[in-house]
Amino acid sequence: MILDDRPSIEPPLASGERVLGLLETDFDPAGRFAPGRLVLTDRRFLARGDAAGQWSEIELGPELRLRLSDHGGVGTLELHAPDARIGRWRYLMRRQEQAAEFTELARRQLAGIEHEPEPGPRCADCGASLAYPGAPCPACDATEPTQDTAPATWTLFRLWRFARPYRGSLAIGFVLTLASTAATLVPPYLTMPLMDDVLIPFQNGQPIDPGLVGMYLGGLLAAALLAWGLGWARTYILALVSERIGVDLRQAAYDHLLSLSVDFFGGKRTGDLIARIGSETDRINVFLSLHLLDFATDVLMILMTAVILMSIDPSLALATLLPLPFIVWLIHLVRERLRTGFEKIDRVWAEVTSVLADTIPGVRVVKAFAQEAHESGRFRAANQHNLQVNDRLNRTWSLFAPTVTLLTEIGLLVVWGFGIWQIAHDRISVGVLTAFLAYIGRFYTRLDSMSRIVSVTQKAAAGAKRIFDILDHVSSVPEPADPRPLARVDGRIELQGVGFRYGNRLVLHDIDLRVEPGEMIGLVGHSGSGKSTLVNLILRFQDPVTGVVRLDGTDIRDLGVADYRRHIGLVLQESFLFFGTVAENIAYGRPGATRAEIVAAARAAHAHDFILRLPQGYDSLVGERGQSLSGGERQRIAIARALLIDPRILILDEATASVDTETEQEIQRALDNLVRGRTTIAIAHRLSTLRQADRLVVLDRGRVVEEGRHEDLLAARGAYFRLHEAQARLAAAQFAPATEQLPAPASGKTAS
Amino acid sequence: MNGGSPDAHGGAVTLAFDAHGRLSLRRADGSVLDDVTAIRAFPLTAPDEGVSLVGRDGREVCWIETPAQLDPASRDVLATALAEREIMPRIERILSVSTFVTPSEWQLVTDRGEASLTLRAEEDIRRLGRRSLLIADRHGIQFRVDDIDRLDAGSRRLLDRFL
Repeated sequence: MILDDRPSIEPPLASGERVLGLLETDFDPAGRFAPGRLVLTDRRFLARGDAAGQWSEIELGPELRLRLSDHGGVGTLELHAPDARIGRWRYLMRRQEQAAEFTELARRQLAGIEHEPEPGPRCADCGASLAYPGAPCPACDATEPTQDTAPATWTLFRLWRFARPYRGSLAIGFVLTLASTAATLVPPYLTMPLMDDVLIPFQNGQPIDPGLVGMYLGGLLAAALLAWGLGWARTYILALVSERIGVDLRQAAYDHLLSLSVDFFGGKRTGDLIARIGSETDRINVFLSLHLLDFATDVLMILMTAVILMSIDPSLALATLLPLPFIVWLIHLVRERLRTGFEKIDRVWAEVTSVLADTIPGVRVVKAFAQEAHESGRFRAANQHNLQVNDRLNRTWSLFAPTVTLLTEIGLLVVWGFGIWQIAHDRISVGVLTAFLAYIGRFYTRLDSMSRIVSVTQKAAAGAKRIFDILDHVSSVPEPADPRPLARVDGRIELQGVGFRYGNRLVLHDIDLRVEPGEMIGLVGHSGSGKSTLVNLILRFQDPVTGVVRLDGTDIRDLGVADYRRHIGLVLQESFLFFGTVAENIAYGRPGATRAEIVAAARAAHAHDFILRLPQGYDSLVGERGQSLSGGERQRIAIARALLIDPRILILDEATASVDTETEQEIQRALDNLVRGRTTIAIAHRLSTLRQADRLVVLDRGRVVEEGRHEDLLAARGAYFRLHEAQARLAAAQFAPATEQLPAPASGKTAS
Repeated sequence: MNGGSPDAHGGAVTLAFDAHGRLSLRRADGSVLDDVTAIRAFPLTAPDEGVSLVGRDGREVCWIETPAQLDPASRDVLATALAEREIMPRIERILSVSTFVTPSEWQLVTDRGEASLTLRAEEDIRRLGRRSLLIADRHGIQFRVDDIDRLDAGSRRLLDRFL
């Protein structure tokens, strides 16, 4: 992160002194960026971090204590003597692995435990431990910045991957383009003999030869018809191909999107992703079928015209082609500004869409809080931003087209002037000048339309870039190169030294947990204590930063992701139902299930009765746009869904949190059916839901603070006891007789 | 946990550093609480008001409406503690960017010296009002731009490509 000019001077070691560990630091004591290092030897700490570059030393002693903390992307290591702090070093969070290891080593050294080098593969960059040698480093992130300095236009060539399957059709299209362009160039050529052999002689008093005129006019008609037929075939074939490329691209982008890990979706806005897959692919499509085709035709036409003009009269041809470099230069000049402008418009457009995607699903909240005006203002801000960016771009853009037209006119002027001068000197005939004017009339209109390709290419390139952004994104839960087969699952889950952070916020710290096959454990703790994150790691929605999660002794990173998840049933707090029938929703995890199986699952989930009360029973439509179901009903469908896949492992994430007590009991009975015989990990806020658990694990701020049976934990009067007490009080308050005067809510104090 | 509810107002509390460089809080009743952490409640929108003192267990022990209510010595201690905790470099100049496609690596001059930043995606640039930005580095450091218009033209041109 820092420009790497670390002091290379070696620490001043005494003879026989051994270096045990090294921590690179990034800040000086005043908090300015400055490279430094902290060295641990078998006798002392050696630090070099101030501007003077001097080494300072602190002797090791059993009374010293180390403290590691972090905030806002900066880690701090403090060294305390019993009576005072004697050292503090700060580093960037990308060195956190290094820092944790250094601290561990130093603590052992302080405690007098002999240091033994730990075997195991490590990342060459940051020193994080890896699952296997050469594995992608979880700390360094799989997507290192690619040094992609090529302009965005280059991105369009990457579309070739999608064009490849259609290269046969593309070749035919190209030949047709060549032929149809050639056909359109015949008519101007015929004006030459028409002028010189028919009209000029007629003016000089000779009669018109009807046969000759008929022949030339027939030639003109034939050329026009040929150009029409070939043009049609070409456009049709290439449009078909481009449409198919667009479809493939859209599908590939969506498929890839689905393969990405959950945290990718957390970091992106839905509206933006929808726009990318929807409209961007369409824009690329239009570009390929319309603009690129036109451009190719234009280039061919210009080349062919240039050849024909040269063959008729080289000097006049040169005069005609003179303005061309200017126009090319102009195009190049504007190109840069337009491209960045269009990229910016895309981003602003995504911003506008995002506001919509935010507000429309949340419209009940908006209305309930009467915030229509606020939301309208938010939309107006995005809309105005859009306007500003467009205005700025249009300034350049509006100048562009008229300038090209002006240059065209000037070019024609040059040809007229030079042509008249040549005719006056009897170098060329009037027919040749007419032909030239006819050619360059087309020629310059093509240049004009060609200049438009700049903007559409940039737009398409910007769109392609945004799609390839998705396609290039590597899932942060990578599929193993050689996944181990997962035949039979017992359901033993082990977590060993598992740590996780979101950005720079430490969420889980060094968790060790073992769940035996068929055992049910309950995860308890305040919200934010890391319960859900722990479950995400077990589901492999995310990979831990440190440590491993094992299933039956195998690191789950060595198993195929889908293969592994197939053995896990998940019931969430808010069950998501897809638009479809109840039966389809129950069979979501196993589309091949028979009706009997679906009904059996629904019965076990205590959902059967209410499903039958729906207008079309199991065929009733649910989900968005469908029959509305209560939270408890949705929950039981979700339980049936989990039951149907008969998973070895079951995860209940606040499965009963959003329903009332009565429904909870119903769901509880359904859950009891579900849990039987499966390894179950349940998160519950309401401790009563966990009465069945074999063991409770209490988490607090990312650490396991207690573990044991309900009664034992109560007896221990620790964190669990306090949670339990708090809930018991709350329950008592809720069920207090209505006549009793409740104490007024404490004023002026916020519940923390 | 640490004995009762948060002080509603930090009225007569005083702050000091102990020998370990940790913040210690002395309440109006004379009780002393060691090792508290000062956290701004609104570090971006109202950095000068609303400071919470949090105990070792992560619970608030004292709420300071505004540092002005403290005695001058405590105010200085608080300012130092906050400054030490928050490293939010201000970008003064953008020397170069590796690419205009994210992820992109930027070389910067900040008020804390030269640094570099890896921008993971354009979304990591957060607009704070019309002219100022908060840019999150891939590893969590938040870089600030107080006023885009006060950057030099070159920096602005580079930055503009990402906005």
